[in-house]
Amino acid sequence: MKKIEAIIRKSKFEDVKKALHEVGIDFFTYWDATGVGRSTEKMIFRGQAIDTSKISRTMISIVVRDHNLQKTVDAILSSARTGELGDGKIFISDMEEVYRIRNGEKGPEALFIKGEEE
Amino acid sequence: MKAHFKIVLLLLMFLSGISLNAQDSITAKADSVAAAAPASTATVAPSIDSGDTAWMIVAAAFVLMMTIPGLALFYGGLVRRKNVISVLMQCFAITGLITIEWVVVGYSMAFGSSEGWLKPFIGGFDWAFLKGIHITDLSPYFISHSQSTADGGTIGTIPHMVFILFQGMFAIITPALIIGAYAERIKFAGFALFTLLWALFVYNPIAHWVWSGDGWLFKMGALDFAGGTVVHINAGIAALVTAIMIGKRKYYEGHPTSPHNIPYVLIGASLLWVGWIGFNAGSGLAADGLAASAFLVTHLATATAAITWAALDWIFNKKPTLVGAATGAVAGLVAITPAAGFVDVTGALVIGLLVPVFCYIAVGIIKPRLGYDDSLDAFGVHGIGGIWGAIATGLLASPAIQSYQGLFYGNPAQLWIQTKAVLATLIYSGVVTFVLFWITDKLVGVRAADNDETEGLDITQHGETAYSKAD
Repeated sequence: MKKIEAIIRKSKFEDVKKALHEVGIDFFTYWDATGVGRSTEKMIFRGQAIDTSKISRTMISIVVRDHNLQKTVDAILSSARTGELGDGKIFISDMEEVYRIRNGEKGPEALFIKGEEE
Repeated sequence: MKAHFKIVLLLLMFLSGISLNAQDSITAKADSVAAAAPASTATVAPSIDSGDTAWMIVAAAFVLMMTIPGLALFYGGLVRRKNVISVLMQCFAITGLITIEWVVVGYSMAFGSSEGWLKPFIGGFDWAFLKGIHITDLSPYFISHSQSTADGGTIGTIPHMVFILFQGMFAIITPALIIGAYAERIKFAGFALFTLLWALFVYNPIAHWVWSGDGWLFKMGALDFAGGTVVHINAGIAALVTAIMIGKRKYYEGHPTSPHNIPYVLIGASLLWVGWIGFNAGSGLAADGLAASAFLVTHLATATAAITWAALDWIFNKKPTLVGAATGAVAGLVAITPAAGFVDVTGALVIGLLVPVFCYIAVGIIKPRLGYDDSLDAFGVHGIGGIWGAIATGLLASPAIQSYQGLFYGNPAQLWIQTKAVLATLIYSGVVTFVLFWITDKLVGVRAADNDETEGLDITQHGETAYSKAD
């Protein structure tokens, strides 16, 4: 099992969600993330342009079985890309164990609903 | 401090030395105020005009609404989320504190009479605790509506108590405007003491100078319909002095912090706009054509200023901002305030069109260059806007409204009188504010501890947070 964490542009979230659904990834978690980096957002306040020194992005976290890893990554890569600086990153790490709280199932079985996914 | 006070007074007497073209009073004070009971021999006894009174009661309530919640939300939305309670609390506390001060001595100091050399500068204590003012008494102050008393004097048409309340609401909002300068870093005890001292020793005298029948600026013929000098220049320069004295906020790097709730800013600015109709159209103390004219020019100048600021944003920063439009509206309201009873529609358009330009330069260019931290631009908007309004009154006062004429209607003397009134207010308020803020700092301290400031004034000064994270 692998955990995929991706930082993507807020404006690309809907595209990424659609692409993930298309490859069969129906469950994931996401949240608003704020970071520091090279390109920052400009705000205007009473005649002054203010450099807010922060960057807003969306963070997506998905835990997948090993055989789904590559197609998930490919889906994000193709759907979140604009080609400009600041498209984001994908981080992949090993996931030690997973439990489904409802019935205590553990391991890869906890990651899909039987009969609905390959 | 007393010696200091005298020096300032002497300086002001010097300024008033050349008395030019003393014009008819805009307000006149009846000779015998306390003895309001008309003699039975009078053919027509003075009586309360119910139309004027009804409007003035509503107008006074409107002006209260400007501070709470108008100004409170306007300022509250502009600060960071960790300081919103502190600003709301300061506005609310001022409302309570100044109301008490006003009844105890404030009204008497501002609008009462004193004897001897102090007469033009400050009222006495005859009306302390509103002593001797009865339910049937008529207002000794009036503008367009008045009536004769049995003893040959002249008196207004609304109850004295309504006038006291109406003026009390002005006394409340003026120190509240200064909150914008020291917001996000003042200690509550320092704030409360300074506010009280400032109301006593700055607001009350200046209100007396300009609006009392005995006041020296009033006698000189200075025109200030609803408070350009008394309220806005006065609070504006006090804001600049306190912002510099208290120092910059921690991590202030010459640019504003992001407003935490712009919808609050809009609600606040809108309540100010609506409330200001009471402020300006009520300042004629009657429900008449002058009130209608004041309403019209106030509304027009404000609308013009809001659109102009948004356009300036659009031109110079590529986008029209809501905070800009709201700030422009407030700047327009400030600038039309002294002129509301003197200028016509053309005057209102000129005032509304130019005030955002001056304020935009002050807050967008001059403030960052000089590097002082007037958190919410109390000086940049109220000080600069107020000065422009007072000067513009000297330029644009039209004989079509009242009998007064500005420079553009052939009376250059009015411009000079306005200039002197502006300078007198700037000097007196600036110097005395400095002294009072310094005293407050020595007595209780004005600056919140570094840690308290970083953590936020809401939790450290008031033990509350605006936005709970719990459900």
